[in-house]
Amino acid sequence: MNPRRKQRLLVVSAVVLLVGGAIALMLYALNDNIDLFYTPSEIIEGKKGEKPQVGQRLRIGGMVVPGTVERDNQTLQVAFDLVDTGPPVTVLYNGILPDLFREGQGIVATGVLVEATTIKAQEVLAKHDEEYMPPELAEKMKGIRHVKPENAGGGT
Amino acid sequence: MIPELGNIALTLALVSAILLAVFPLWGAQTNQSGLIATARPLALGMFTFTLIAFVCLSYAFATDDFSLSYVAQNSNTQLPMQYKLTAVWGGHEGSFLLWVLMLSLWTVAVAIFSGSIPQEMVARVLAVLGMVSVGFYLFMLLTSNPFQSMLPFVPVDGQDLNPLLQDFGMIIHPPMLYMGYVGFSVAFAFAGAALIAGKLDSTWARWSRPWVQAAWCFLTIGICLGSWWAYYELGWGGWWFWDPVENASFMPWLAGTALMHSLAVTEKRKVFKSWTVLLAIGAFSLSLLGTFLVRSGVIVSVHSFASDPTRGLFILGILVVLSGGALLLFALRAASLNSVGRYQTVSREVMLMGNNILLCAATLVVLLGTLLPLVHKELGLGAISIGAPFFNKMFVYLIVPFVFLLCIGPLSRWKQQSVKALARQLITAFCISLVAALLIFFSYSEQAYMAVLGLTLSFWILVASVLEVWQRIGAMDSQYSIAKRLRMLTRSHWGMILGHVGFAVTLIGITLVSNYEQERDVRMLPGEQITLSDYTFVFNGVSKTQGPNYESDVGHFSVYRSGEKLTTMMPEKRIYTVQRMPMTEAAIHTTISRDLFIALGEPLDDGAWAVRVYIKPFVTWIWGGGAIMALGGVCALSDRRYRMSTLAKFKKASPLSSATGEHA
Repeated sequence: MNPRRKQRLLVVSAVVLLVGGAIALMLYALNDNIDLFYTPSEIIEGKKGEKPQVGQRLRIGGMVVPGTVERDNQTLQVAFDLVDTGPPVTVLYNGILPDLFREGQGIVATGVLVEATTIKAQEVLAKHDEEYMPPELAEKMKGIRHVKPENAGGGT
Repeated sequence: MIPELGNIALTLALVSAILLAVFPLWGAQTNQSGLIATARPLALGMFTFTLIAFVCLSYAFATDDFSLSYVAQNSNTQLPMQYKLTAVWGGHEGSFLLWVLMLSLWTVAVAIFSGSIPQEMVARVLAVLGMVSVGFYLFMLLTSNPFQSMLPFVPVDGQDLNPLLQDFGMIIHPPMLYMGYVGFSVAFAFAGAALIAGKLDSTWARWSRPWVQAAWCFLTIGICLGSWWAYYELGWGGWWFWDPVENASFMPWLAGTALMHSLAVTEKRKVFKSWTVLLAIGAFSLSLLGTFLVRSGVIVSVHSFASDPTRGLFILGILVVLSGGALLLFALRAASLNSVGRYQTVSREVMLMGNNILLCAATLVVLLGTLLPLVHKELGLGAISIGAPFFNKMFVYLIVPFVFLLCIGPLSRWKQQSVKALARQLITAFCISLVAALLIFFSYSEQAYMAVLGLTLSFWILVASVLEVWQRIGAMDSQYSIAKRLRMLTRSHWGMILGHVGFAVTLIGITLVSNYEQERDVRMLPGEQITLSDYTFVFNGVSKTQGPNYESDVGHFSVYRSGEKLTTMMPEKRIYTVQRMPMTEAAIHTTISRDLFIALGEPLDDGAWAVRVYIKPFVTWIWGGGAIMALGGVCALSDRRYRMSTLAKFKKASPLSSATGEHA
């Protein structure tokens, strides 16, 4: 090979190696950091036949059931139930809830499943919009609002 | 009357854009100087009409003209005047008008400051900008016209601007960010024009360099302002969330940084030509992708505008046509691109190539992290989200080799560099920075090994920058004094130094705040106090006040440092009356080495409040570093050779510059 070709080959193989390495690293890092989204009924009944395992990281989206928000008197510990169309799931959270957290409001929480129907959340999100419902949830709840207004329409 | 005028002005701007896309290009291809000469007036016309439309919309906001549905949705009679004016870009339609105003501003800037470039080249560049504009004007007129009327049902009062946007940050953040976003269209236009003309030599790189630097400066400032705004206004003290919309602005920044460096190599050494063209296309495509992500409603974010599928499809269409067209043209022309420069494996060229690869890898990481949830959902695999830990981990991997190259790049020579000389400098710099990092590490009581890594890398950059300047002035004539020799370094050289130093400063800020920040969420009764490191915060209770368009609970905190009273901090919890929307206004006490941050959560029973208190060491350095980087860009822009080329315009149309254009 002439030196120029040799140099090119070197450069090209270095690039390929780097890109390959980067992608491998990326997929490895991704493995731990993908949070699947569930609704409360999917946590209890399973999603496509698969129930989430206790100890799994996940995201949950649902409506806060009115009357279930319980605060601890001494700390910022709070517990509330989330519901979509089926049975509720309890979310535990220690910290300050977002400004727009309200009973009847749609919220999304990220956390770990600690028991079959209990989630310990690290993050609770509610949008700065009263009409807001997470799109995943809106999709799951299409047409349901009118059937069960006591579950869905509390706040709005 | 005024809204109709705005509508007409927008339509005329579209017509100017269409003419601009056709005539100058036709003239340049068929060599008709009459048609070529239409480019500048048409560009000016496009800008003027857009400005008229913008002024009309601002007037409608200032006079509370709620017959326009956009005004009715985003303003209110109680809104203070400065926010009425900034509400112009508070929603989708108006912010898009700002976007096209910026685009036409860049176009007219190219028309004015391109005297030294051959006329037919300017015509092609402006024509490409015209094509880009046509897409955006059509988009605005067809799917998101801010002058849409609500007649005959005119509401009595408007729905008010989102309280989050009623803030100083909102006044300057979007214009800066859009200037940056849209500015990459100029680099795209230069690349496109060079592709159309088939003249892909280093001259196009020389011409487009200052434009890329300018756009990059704006984008840097825009991103920093956005981060700062999120920090104090969203109320939760974070400065970067890896939110899809933040990522949308970060990707063009990464690609733009790569482009800026690659352009330097192409200009100086006439290599990496095809790569640079690809980056120019890529940077602008990523800007468009960002626009698509933000405005189509496919992602959920604090920033995203109300969704409308037709809008998304339209922007995707623009993206496909522009990027696809440019890439197709590139594929046709690529065969004729061959680089003439030679360089060895250890040389500045290779370092900069490495820098480009890493920046592109970083772009890829962000792109993947942003788009994967979208793809996953569309494939029917269920909704997922990708958390911040993924991005953080990837950026830690990437930053180590990146900083290594950043240190050795400026120290190396073009073509060939002796490894031995380089190694000696590098090891010296590394030892100094490691010692400095360890000193800081032991000054904190907490153990955080990532802090040592981050600090070592940052100091390494700083020391290497000093060494580089030292080496540079050492090579100069020793009869001059050191101060004189420092002044003899070119401004673009200082630009590079400032850019790198700014990066190091940002890195120091990020490292320290991520590793040593202290946070406490507590329930506090009036009279209670909490202590975080040296600081004691005493809660003195909450009082009520009334703002122009909100009611507020103001918390009173006295802050003591080692027993001495330092200051009083007053975080607020506001309720904006029109939308009944609560907002958290944090209280922040800033010094150069730390921020104290208090936010009020919600009221609990018996007068207690949920309170969040942070101590954030060196957090302002993150944005300070950004400002230094942008300053570096300005410095490079003010380099003598660019001023000379502007001056050349006023002199006789120089035979020299057009000769180099033809020849190279």
